[in-house]
Order: sequence, then structure tokens, then C-alpha cells
Amino acid sequence: MNTSAWMEIGLFFVVLIGLVKPLGWYMARVYAGQPCGLDRAIGPIERTLYRLSGVRQDEEMTWTTYAFATLVFNALGVVVVYLLQRTQEWLPLNPQQLGAVAPDLAFNTAVSFASNTNWQAYSGESTLSYFTQMIGLTVQNFVSAATGMAVLIALIRGLTRRMTETIGNFWVDLTRSTLYILLPLSFVMAIILVSQGVVQTFSPAVEVALLESATDAEGKSVTTQTIPLGPAASQIAIKQLGTNGGGFFGVNSAHPLENSTPLSNFLQVLAILLIAAALCYTFGDLVGDPRQGWALLAAMLVIFVPMLVVCVWAEQVGNPRLSEIDIDQTSNAFQSGGNMEGKEVRFGAAASALWATATTAASNGSVNAMHDSFTPLGGLIPLWMMQLGEVIFGGVGSGLYGLIIFAILAVFIAGLMVGRTPEYLGKKIEAYEMKMASLVVLIPPMVVLGGTAIAVSLDVGRASVTNPGPHGFTQILYALSSAGNNNGSAFGGFGANTPFFNCLLGAAMLISRYWLIVPVLAIAGSLARKKYTPPSAGTLPTHTPLFVVLVAGMVLLVGALTFVPALALGPVIEHLQLTATH
Amino acid sequence: MSTRTVRPLFDWPIVKQAIWGAFYKLDPRHQLRNPVMFTVLIGSIFTTILALRATTTPGTESAAFVGGIAAWLWFTLLFANFAEAMAEGRGKAQADALRKSRQEVMACRLTSNNVRESVPSSQLKKGDIVIVKAGDLVPIDGEVIDGVASVDESAITGESAPVIRESGGDRSAVTGGTRVISDSLTIKATSSPGESFLDRMISMVEGAKRQKTPNEIALDILLAAMTIVFLLACATLVPISEYSVVLAGKGTPITLAVVVALLVCLIPTTIGGLLSAIGIAGMDRMIQANVIATSGRAVEAAGDIDVLLLDKTGTITLGNRQAVEFIPADGVTAEQLADAAQLSSLSDETPEGRSIVILAKTKYGLRGRNVEELRAKFIEFSARTRMSGVDLDGRQIRKGAVDAMENYVREQNGDFPRSLKDQVSRIANLGGTPLVVAEGKRALGVIYLKDIVKGGIRERFAQLRQMGIKTVMITGDNPLTAAAIAAEAGVDDFLAEATPEAKLALIREYQAGGRLVAMTGDGTNDSPALAQADVAVAMNSGTQAAKEAGNMVDLDSNPTKLIEIVEIGKQLLMTRGALTTFSIANDVSKYFAIIPAAFVGTYPELNRLNVMALATPSSAILSAVIFNALVIVFLIPLALRGVRYQSVGAATLLRNNLVVYGLGGFVVPFVGIKIIDLILVALHLA
Amino acid sequence: MFQILRTAITLLALLTVITGVAYPFAVTAVAQIGFPKAANGSLFEKPLGAGNSSVHSNARDWRSATDQPPKWAGSELIGQPFSDPKYFWGRPSATAPVAYNSMGGSGSNQATTNPALVDAVRERVAKLRQEDPDNLAKVPVDLVTSSASGLDPHISEAAALYQVGRVARLRKIEPYTLNKLVLSHLERPTIGIFGQTRVNVLKLNLALDAKAEEVSKLVIPAPQ
Repeated sequence: MNTSAWMEIGLFFVVLIGLVKPLGWYMARVYAGQPCGLDRAIGPIERTLYRLSGVRQDEEMTWTTYAFATLVFNALGVVVVYLLQRTQEWLPLNPQQLGAVAPDLAFNTAVSFASNTNWQAYSGESTLSYFTQMIGLTVQNFVSAATGMAVLIALIRGLTRRMTETIGNFWVDLTRSTLYILLPLSFVMAIILVSQGVVQTFSPAVEVALLESATDAEGKSVTTQTIPLGPAASQIAIKQLGTNGGGFFGVNSAHPLENSTPLSNFLQVLAILLIAAALCYTFGDLVGDPRQGWALLAAMLVIFVPMLVVCVWAEQVGNPRLSEIDIDQTSNAFQSGGNMEGKEVRFGAAASALWATATTAASNGSVNAMHDSFTPLGGLIPLWMMQLGEVIFGGVGSGLYGLIIFAILAVFIAGLMVGRTPEYLGKKIEAYEMKMASLVVLIPPMVVLGGTAIAVSLDVGRASVTNPGPHGFTQILYALSSAGNNNGSAFGGFGANTPFFNCLLGAAMLISRYWLIVPVLAIAGSLARKKYTPPSAGTLPTHTPLFVVLVAGMVLLVGALTFVPALALGPVIEHLQLTATH
Repeated sequence: MSTRTVRPLFDWPIVKQAIWGAFYKLDPRHQLRNPVMFTVLIGSIFTTILALRATTTPGTESAAFVGGIAAWLWFTLLFANFAEAMAEGRGKAQADALRKSRQEVMACRLTSNNVRESVPSSQLKKGDIVIVKAGDLVPIDGEVIDGVASVDESAITGESAPVIRESGGDRSAVTGGTRVISDSLTIKATSSPGESFLDRMISMVEGAKRQKTPNEIALDILLAAMTIVFLLACATLVPISEYSVVLAGKGTPITLAVVVALLVCLIPTTIGGLLSAIGIAGMDRMIQANVIATSGRAVEAAGDIDVLLLDKTGTITLGNRQAVEFIPADGVTAEQLADAAQLSSLSDETPEGRSIVILAKTKYGLRGRNVEELRAKFIEFSARTRMSGVDLDGRQIRKGAVDAMENYVREQNGDFPRSLKDQVSRIANLGGTPLVVAEGKRALGVIYLKDIVKGGIRERFAQLRQMGIKTVMITGDNPLTAAAIAAEAGVDDFLAEATPEAKLALIREYQAGGRLVAMTGDGTNDSPALAQADVAVAMNSGTQAAKEAGNMVDLDSNPTKLIEIVEIGKQLLMTRGALTTFSIANDVSKYFAIIPAAFVGTYPELNRLNVMALATPSSAILSAVIFNALVIVFLIPLALRGVRYQSVGAATLLRNNLVVYGLGGFVVPFVGIKIIDLILVALHLA
Repeated sequence: MFQILRTAITLLALLTVITGVAYPFAVTAVAQIGFPKAANGSLFEKPLGAGNSSVHSNARDWRSATDQPPKWAGSELIGQPFSDPKYFWGRPSATAPVAYNSMGGSGSNQATTNPALVDAVRERVAKLRQEDPDNLAKVPVDLVTSSASGLDPHISEAAALYQVGRVARLRKIEPYTLNKLVLSHLERPTIGIFGQTRVNVLKLNLALDAKAEEVSKLVIPAPQ
């Protein structure tokens, strides 16, 4: 790794952690309904929305109503995006004259965007009209992220409220997340991205001349190149901030018009983790003890940093098979070096590894390099990051509510170990919470492993594999891990756009998103009903380094124990084979 | 003191019974209660079938290997059953000892028309009235409605000194199985046979009626969830390994026997197998501490206590006050005062009275005088006059409470000097009790009676504070006195001039603040507070009403016992937590043992992960299974005895336990599996 | 129940107007005013003076109906395919059906353990060696591995310098001059931190053409 790569990664953490408190504080004010600075600009719009849609701002919901509203709203999103894709040829803003999307692909894409997964079985340039991208996908990018944040806030209310039945109003949480947080940040981000060369226009693609003509696969001479355009920057800003990850173009943020400079790359990778990290502070602020939030952020970093180091190291070491044939993979002032297959020169191996770790830690799933071509160890990191349940940063809102569930599990075992009925933030953790928490922890592995087992057993599943050896199995495992944890990144070579996988992965995304939201809200409801137990010396403190290690350990242990057998037959054996001395 | 029987951990008769019990408990209906062990049962049956098939149709897999796995899976089950049976056996032994006292006796029942009839005790009903004469066993729990008698309760409490039981007041409850030594009692039965105290206690320790406690249920859910996760991880391994064989082009898919072996190794059998043993052992430890809990829930709640309400007298201070100083009034010498004080106390058999005599002797050399020779007339203390004294040789010496004495002196036109009043308030400020002595109309001075705080109690409270438990002293004293004693004893707070209503209000106040409150009580007027408290320990010497209201009864009637109860409650949870952590941490090493072994045929490179250098794939898998079974046996003592509790803060406690059981659980199996592997190789078994 | 459905529909419609219409149009407006070039693909016209290059011999075959060559010489951000040894080569591209097909960006997605990857790299190395047999240096990795997008406009400084010998020989330019040209086209990490030092191959080749023309004018034709 050369100096600039070191400095870039170092600066990444400095800026990220530096922004946690101001943004977290701002979001806390937004959710607490306190003045936050943008009230005069946004307040009138917000109130108009409520008036037109018949939302009473002070109306409180029980957890069941809250969950029902969440599900109805999301189901509606799926339906709308599906219909838009099926009818886009008759709709405006379709300069490329693209036809209707196939039903299985349209279903997969609709679920994918509503569930904040943004798994992309399609290629943006050649499948979706500008209209579909804007009205369908960009909107879902906002509201699916806002849904995650709303559920988190409901859970936080459950932790802070005492002896009450209600956990807030879904419509208000959804609207405020969108208007006060996602929209302003996205707007600023989009403009900066445009300044770096990310396109933002409604013009159709343009032709440019090739300096040297090329020959295509059929031997015909090609003398021009068509530069795709479109309203990309506005979608990319929210795709990163809202941990969506669905690119405007097929190769996502590896595309030079989607992620044009190292600076745009830095900002995008920062945006991937930004809100998820800052929500930790919001959580601490709202529960009245910022240390609680910092502790959870620390637990995330305790896992994230070592994983990042491994990934960067593995990618920077490069491919031993290429070293054997006289390829220079060293890193120095003249080149990034490392495993450059499937990576862009302007980013280099280290920044690509940083992105890969961040995009899978958060349930973002956008890529700036091809994970399929990562070294086995370098690819193991993003794969395992997803399998950890997308709680290390995770999706905006969803990552933190997932981690809080893990904290509840950790509190339970730790509580027993100190001889006291476990309690978290003054709320006793009892059988009902354990039941729901178990569901939350159980469902993703169930979907991932179950789906993988189905796919590897069937010929239609095996047919999508494009790399030989254990890597082929890893491709399937990666696809299911991505869909089953709402990440959306892929081993790009994998032939995912088949009716079989469109349906299997669509189902996986549906189950893992909404079957988790319901038990999480159930916990919120149950906690809100409980009384508050003030802490004493006998209470396990949940802001100490020890607890941080415990939560991180819990996440790692569950992730390891569940997936070790599968990983052993995928990336682990691939790594052993690659590094075996001949 | 009570005579506590310390039972050795492995008592041969109990072990013998437990071995039989282990087989008896293989009943699937019994196993169904525990999802983890039920999974093992299914696995055992399944591998046994596989082993049988392997012997009849030789070919793919070695019958000895599959048979070995099957055998050790059965052992896993048996060991877990054995642990439970051991815990039950120990409880049962305790119960049997109790049951001996519950012999069938003939009771003398008084019928409605006052006719005495003889009926077996088992036929007595609640509300029946029986008469128990000296030498008889009390046939049933009840309340004394007439008579006073001394009762030997050693069968239950182990306390050899007989206690007084009388009608009315706080000493009216008698327990079935105790023996009346003197006089006779008329008793109204307060429970029906089979529901008595002793019965409840027996069924609790035998585990027959044991219901799962809330934390146990929550843990059960977690364990079940983990079992499902591992079931999934193992089951999906079959198609994945089949596909891997296709991809690699060599080897064979994982066999079902190995999948089951892996599954059983991974699911938390250690904690699953020992869970009920831990619960029963916790109850048993309570019993050994001579405390009967009416439910496991109460024992568990004891670990969560935030606030302890402690009666001052008997818990914080020795039950009696001691004279520490004679303070004469102006114009009176100390000797005069001491002499008068001694005379007035000669027949006073209360501890306070005796301490006055002793002080006069040690400080002023006044020897005790013979009461008979003095021909004195002693005036007993009465609640009305609130004074006692002596009349001799025309002298009328009185001692008593300050206001009573002031009235007494003034009634005789005497003078109650101001300086004396100052002394009185000085003593009160120090937390002492002033006792005024007067002869005739002349006030001689004040005796300073001091509450003596029990030795070591201050340290005990400091420990409690570290455990996060707040101590509150309850006393009838005035606030001034109470504050002084509270400071001396080191309690966190006190409730002075406590009335039953004030006590109840205090408990409610703490509970409204989200705290769990424990208290002890013995009197009928404690009942509302006992009923309100989360953990309420009634003294066995107390009234039936108090016992009914509480959820525990301390047979020793020792108010300090609360602290021990809290520790036992905590220990119960800690043992569960520690073994859960240990169980999960164990899995890491088992993966390292089994995964390379299972797939080395398909991917020879996996042998690099065989970090323990286990001899062969089958020895590796067998070693893991054997370790998994044996570790249950090795942990039985821990399950029965409980994890050692130290009264330190939660954070320290967690750190210590994490190091021991987390890190230990991670390291130990690596060593254990390697050793078993070496033995298997040495014996040519694998 | 119906109340919730009704609210959901209205709210989704309203949020669609805000986030799906107002937001992208607002961003587009600001972008088109503030950064017109960047917002439209960073296209550039052929630099003045760099007329039709005489260096390469490929016949042009304009597909457009008007038979007019496109106005734009390329995008600064999108790489173009080069296989003529007289040009600096960019990174191998895995796009189909033709390399650097910007309408279908794609990586090779070959695993590190995929023998096809090693074969492909070996072939590329062979080709480089064939065109430049004297160059015995190790091949910089980015020059023989395909990029993520298939449209990577850059190569590393090492990869550019590696090719100087070959291009200089074929273009009959002093390697020193060419080295200087490469160095003048280096894009360094932004404020020394972000990204890697790199060279835009299309811009370098355009400059190369210009330089070659300049050089050819200076060279006095040999008397025939």
C-alpha cells in the first residue's frame, strides 16, 4: 500500500467519526420534534403533506398499527415499481425506447428496491427508462431508507418510554426521515458529485468518435462509442446515503460516469456509512446517554477495522498465480499494485477494498470494483460482512436496530453471568424479547443457508455459476447472502437474471426485510409497556469497553458458528488452494 | 446455631439412584421438555439405525465408527440425565430427612360439639381444631388458638433450643412435624395435608413440581434458537457438500452420521444438559441454607434485588442494648447512681437489665447482691407505667423511660433538673437510649444504653453496596437515634418511627421507581409489607399470616439470612450464564476438529486447518463427540455447587466470568479433544 | 385499515412528487447551470491543431445516418480501446461485443483461481512482449488485468512508462521526449491523499498524435 492509500483510509475514519456527532445530534432533534434549523424551509412542505394525506401528527400508534402501516406502505412500493417497469414503454422520459421489463425481473427489482436491498439483476443503461429510474427507483431509495430509520426510532421509543402502549407514528417518522434528513443531504451530495463529473441530464446518450477504431466480436469495425447519460447524480447520492446501492449504470460505482474521480469515490464511500454511523449518536442522544451510542459505534468499529485490514491486505498482496508469470503486483509510487483484476486504476486496490468492506458492512451493496475477481480472502470479507446480519453499520436504521437486537442478546447472556435478570437501558429482557430477538437473528441465516441449499441442489441453480471450483459455490452463497441480508452487492459474473434466481432471491429479500421488521417492532411494543429499572452497581453497564467487546463478540460468534461450514467449502478452501505451494 | 448438614457432592446411594434415573429419563416425553436434549435423542436414535444398517450392509461407512458415534451420543444423553438425577437425588435426600418428621400420627381433633376424637393426621382438613399435648408431634401446620408451650422445632430448623409458641401475637404459628415438649396447645389447622409447608418444601426439592423460572424460559428460547441455527447449518451441509464434490471432482459427500455428530457437538448440549440440574441445585442450596422458597421464581428474583429492608433489631444491632455509662445528676456521685441502678436492675432479667448490673460491677466494683437476702420488693416493668424498680428499706428506686420518669418525679413534687435533660438529649443524639434513675422524688441520673451494632455488619453492607444493593434500616426509634445507628452500621438509608403503613408505603415507593425490594418480617402486622415486597422472607418463628404473605420462610429465623438468599439467587443465574458461555465458546474448537475431517476427501488442502493435528478424520470426529459428552460429566459438580459468587460490581464479575468461562470454554476443548484423540490412537480405536 | 391504505397511497404519491420529480429536476437544474460540462458526460472536442491523424491507418466507417463524424472526440472519463502498438494501450476491457462498449460496462468477473484469467493475462503479456521484445521489465499488473467497468480511462504511471520504449520506437520519438509527455499527463492523488497516480490514456494518445505530427513536421524528409 502506498502512502496516499494509507492517508485516504486514515482520513476516511477521521471524517466519518468527526461527522457522527453533529449529524447524529441533528437527527436526534428531527426525531424528537425539536427545532433543527431547517424547520422554516421544510416545515410548510411537511405540514402540507400531512394535510393532504390525512395524517394527524400527534396521533400515536401501537406496535401492531405501526407494523401494519410499515407493511402496507412497503407493499404499495413493490406494486408501483413493478407496474412502472412493466409499462415503461408507454411512459414518458424513455429516450432509449426501452421495452417492458420481464415479469420475473420486474418482481425481483421491485422487491429489491422496496426492501432497501437494491440487488440488480438488470443493467440500468439498457433496461430501465429514466422515468422508471426516477419515479420508481429513486423514490424507493428514499422511502425504503426512511422505513428503516422509522423502525429504528420506534425501537428507541420502546426503550425510552415507560408503561405505554404506543411507539410513535409511522407516517411522521417516514416523512421526517425523508424530508429533513435524506433529502437535504442527498441534494448537497448530488451537486458535489456532478462537480466531479457524475452525469445529471435528461438528454439521451451521445456518440463520440473513437480515436482508433476497434473490431467487435463479429469482426465488424466500430468507430464510435456511445456515452450513456441520464439523471445519475441525484440517484447516486441517495443510493449511497440511504444504503440502497442500486447503481444508475450496470457496473455501479465502478462506472466512470457514476463515480468519476477519487474524490467522488471518497465521498461516496463516506456516504455509505455516514448516516448509519451517525444514527448511533442519535440513539445515544435519544436514550439520554450518548455513551450508549458511542459504545454501539465502537462495537461496529471493533469488527469493521480488522475486517478492513484483512481485506486491504489480501487485495494488496494480489494474485499469487499472476506473480508466477512475471507480473508486477507490488505497490509503490508508480502504481497501486495488488489484485487489479476488476478494479479501476483511479481508485487502486486499497480504496477498492475499503469500499468493498464498507458497502457490505452497511447493507449498501454498491460496488466500485468487481467482488467476483477479489482474492478468496478479500472476497470472504464482504461475504462474511453480509452474513453477520448487516449490523456492522448495516442499512440506515436497520443496521442499528439489528445491532440493538444483538446487544439485547449480549445483555441477556451477560446479565445471567452477573447473576441478575438481564436489563438493557433499564428495560428487563424477558422471554418475549428473547423470542423475538431469536427470530431476528434466526431468519437471515435461515434464508441464506436454506436458499443456498436449494440453489446448489438444482440444475437451474448450478447453471448460473460462471467460475470453476469452489469459487462457483461461493458465487451462489454470495448471491443468497446478499439477498438474504438485504445488501444487494453481487459476484458480478453470476448469472442472476434467470427466472429461478429472480424468484428465489426476490423471496429471500422479502422475507429477510419484513420478517425482521415485525419482531423488531414487537420488541419495541413490549419494551414500551415495561417500567424502567434504574441502574445500580449490580446492573451490567452497557457503555464500557467490556460490553463493546461482548456485543462484537456476539455478532462474530453467531456469524461464525452459522456460516463456518459453508464458508469452509467456499472462500476458505479457495484461499487454501490459491496459496498452496505447488 | 443451626446444625447444617453438609452433604458430600457425590454420595454413593444418591449416585447409584441417579445412574438408574439417567436411564429412566430417556423417556422421550421427558426429553421433550428440553429442545436441545430432544435433538440429541433424535440424533442418537438416527445414528443407531445408521450403525445397524452399516453392520448389515457393509460398504460405505465403517460400522465401528458410526457405532462409536451412536454410543457416545447416547452417553451424552445419559450424562445429562445423570446430572439432573443427581440434583434431584440430593434434593430428595433432603426431602426424605424432612419427610421422616412427617410421620403419620394420630391427632386429637376437637369436633364442633367439643368432643375429642382421634384421627390420623392425614385426614385433617384446613380449619380443624386439634389439641397437642406435651410429647406429641404437631400433626399439621396451624395457628395456636389457646395455650402456651415450648416446642422443639429441631426437626425442621436444626435449632436444638426449644421455642415458645403461644396464642395471639407473633409467636402463634406451629409447623407440622415439630414436637411439643411442655404444656399443651390448641391448634387450628391452616392447611390441608399434602399442602402443608413441609409438603411444599418436599415437592420443591424433589423437583416434581418444579416449574421453569422466567429466566430459564428465556434461556430455553435462546437455546432452542441456537439449536435451530445449527440444525440449519448442518442440514444444508449435505447438499452443499454434494455440490462441492461435483465442483472438485473428487471425494464423497458428507455422511449423515458425521452431520449428526457435528450437529450434536455444536448445539449447546453442555448447558442444555445441565440446565435443569442447575435449577434444582439452586433450590437445594436454598434448602441447605434452611430457607424454603415457595417457588423457583422467588429464588431467581432474589438475585435481582435492589433494595433490602432490614429490621434494625436483631439484624443490624444485637437484639439488646447495653449500658455503657452512668451519668449522675448534679450533687450525685457516680457510685450512688451506680448503686441505685444496680439495685433496681437486680431482678431485671432483660439483657438491658443484666448489662446494667454488669456495668456497675466492672466499672464501680459493686458486686451483685443476693436478691433473696435483700428482702426487697421488685416492681416489674409494665407497658402502662413504662418503668420498673425496687422497694427496699424504705427506698423507692425506679428506672424507666425519660418522660415516664419525669412525670414520676414531678408527681412527687420533685425536681427534674435541666442538666439532666441536656444529658438525655445528648445520649439520644448519639443513637443511644437514656434511662433515668430516680430515688423517691430525686432524680439520680441517667443510664446510657447503647445499641450495639453487630460485628462485621458494616463490611457486609459495603459488599452489598458493591453488588448494587441498597440497604435500608427499619426501626421504631426516633429519627435522631436511627440516624446515628444508621451511620454507625453503614446502611444507605433508614426509616425511623416505622409503622407497618410506613413500611408498606416505602416498599411501594421503591417499586414505583422500578426497584425490586426484599424484606424480612415476622409479625402479623408485617403481612401487608411482606405481600408487597418482591422477595419476602418470613421468619419461621413468626405468625402464620406472615408466612403466608411471604414467598420464603427462613427456618432459622435469622434476619441476616437475606444476604445469603440474594447470593444464592445470583449464583443460580450466574451458573446458567457461565455454562451457556462455556457451551457456545466450545463450538469454535469443534469446528476445527470436524470440518477438516469431514471434507478432507473432497478438498485435501483443508488439512491445513487441522490445527490440533488430529490423527485421522474419524478419530477427529469421535474425539469431538466424546469430549462433548464427557464435558457434561466434568461440569456436574459446578452445576450442583454453582459458580462462586463474589460480591463485586457487575462489570468486574462479568469480566472474571468471561475470562474463566468464555476464554476457558474456547481453550479447554482444544486440549481435551487432542488428549482424547491421542488416547483413541493409543488404544487403536480409530 | 382502509384509512391506512388511503394514507399510504397519498403519502407515497406525494413523496414521489418530491423525491422522484422535484428532487431530480432541482439537481439537474443546478447541475446544468453550475457544471454544464461535468453534468453532460465531460465530453470534449478534438483539440485544435490535432487534425486528422496520419499516424493510424484504420479506415473510418461512420455509421451515423448523416455520415457526419461525431462532434465529440470522447469523454474525459470514458476510456477508448487501443490495440495499435503505436498508441499507448489502456487496460484490457471485458465489455461485449466490443472492448470499451460504454453502453454495457462490465468487468471480466473472473475469479483469481479461474485458469481462464491466468491464460488471458499470459496472452496479454505475450502480446506486449511481442511488440516490445527488448523490454524485460515485469509487466505492471493494471496493464494486463481488466478493469471493473471495462471503461477505465486510466492506466498507472508504471503502466504508461512501461510502454514508452515501444511507442517511442514506433513513433520515432525520443524516449526522453515521450517520457516527458507521459509525466505531463500524470494525474496525481487529489491533495496528495485521494486516489492513485494515473494517466488518462485517451488524452495521452491525443497528445501523442499531436506530438508526432509536430515531430514529423520538424523532421526533414530524407532525400529520395
